[in-house]
Amino acid sequence: MSKTYYDPADLRKFGNITEWSEELGTKFFDYYEKVFEEGALTAREKSLIALAVAHTEQCPYCIDAYSKDSLQRGVTKEEMMEAIHVGAAIKSGATLVHGVQMMNKVNKLDG
Amino acid sequence: MIKLKTQSLHKKGSDLANSNRQLEILSNGIFQNGELPTFKAKILETSQFPLKAKKLEILQINVGYMCNQVCDHCHVDAGPDRKEIMTRDTMKQCLEVIKNTGAHTLDLTGGAPEMNPDFRWFVEEAAKAGVKDFIVRSNLTIIRSNKKYHDLPEFFKKHNVHVVSSMPHWTRGKTDKQRGDGVFDKSIKALQKLNAVGYGMPDSDLRLDLVYNPSGAFLPGNQSSMEKDFKKALIEDFGIQFHNLFAITNLPISRFLDYLIASENYEDYMYSLVEAYNPSAVENVMCTNTLSVSWDGYLFDCDFNQMLQLPVNSKVKHISEYNEELLEGRHIVISQHCYGCTAGAGSSCQGSVA
Repeated sequence: MSKTYYDPADLRKFGNITEWSEELGTKFFDYYEKVFEEGALTAREKSLIALAVAHTEQCPYCIDAYSKDSLQRGVTKEEMMEAIHVGAAIKSGATLVHGVQMMNKVNKLDG
Repeated sequence: MIKLKTQSLHKKGSDLANSNRQLEILSNGIFQNGELPTFKAKILETSQFPLKAKKLEILQINVGYMCNQVCDHCHVDAGPDRKEIMTRDTMKQCLEVIKNTGAHTLDLTGGAPEMNPDFRWFVEEAAKAGVKDFIVRSNLTIIRSNKKYHDLPEFFKKHNVHVVSSMPHWTRGKTDKQRGDGVFDKSIKALQKLNAVGYGMPDSDLRLDLVYNPSGAFLPGNQSSMEKDFKKALIEDFGIQFHNLFAITNLPISRFLDYLIASENYEDYMYSLVEAYNPSAVENVMCTNTLSVSWDGYLFDCDFNQMLQLPVNSKVKHISEYNEELLEGRHIVISQHCYGCTAGAGSSCQGSVA
């Protein structure tokens, strides 16, 4: 048993989740594969979205996977960093927009 | 930071300049302890062992390992310090075969093939044989490296040569990182010169294809998507046109193996190759319809086996003894580097195969 919560080698074992629930696992991976196919968005664009979300979700497996996937699709370092900034901006915006709620409450209680 | 690359592994006296050492690495570790299946075990699963040579379609001739560049991932370990050069006598032996074989494609490679002093003579003679597709693998920068090479676009055009050139990315940074400082700008100028004489234009018969191989320890993306991205960027930024993009996987040998080990990416990379194994790519691997000739005339199943010093498994070992019947059906010599040609959509000197 690993002494750390995250082991990079576990990413390779992701598919094993199907062993304990075949139907749901298979449905998930079929869906996952379909989502990342070329569609209205290119697979390259989807890879960049996934990379940004991987960061906002702070998922180390996803960060490893989509950094590599982005490289494979010819995405440049600058594009990757900009995508992460988009995620960071939404994340910080989501925090700050709650400031309006705080202001509303404070105004009601102490206005 | 861009580093200026100057020396081959051979010149540096690196351990990995020795092909036996490379084969040892590829057979030990994760393949010896059973963590990953050997290539032989893998193709046995789908009853594809032994791989057998079919009818010869592509004759690939390596006219020498000398090159004006020292690229990070070169499987040839080519560079200015490599002195292995095909002689005119060996070229004459090759010409005999070119005239008599039914192969539809003749593929000249190196090093920089243009640096062989008999290169132009050989092209002129070989062009007379009338093969359907006559490829020269040009690194592009050679065209701009010295005045004596400036007329190569016209020379290629005169002999209806199909030009296939490496271009790792449409951005300067990624290209120079892999191929050396200044390579991108010179390559762009060379492509513009080739376009200027008609190469790569949409309706032109003068074929200009580009080869993309990843700049690091990852596999190439989808070939047609990459081609679209390359075309869009090169036309918008530089007005450059080309026909097709071949996406080629870096095989874990020579300088790329050296890089994988030094960057601690070797095991992960081998995992990626094995996980991406595609049995349908095995059906079309290039070694089954190609013969690779080394600078000194010896025969190999592919250019990679040539660099690993794994000769053909046949009584016929040299171009001077060429015998199509004896070579057809030979068992292809394999090792773990072969996973590079069967990953994902497969990989060959002509790009994806599956």
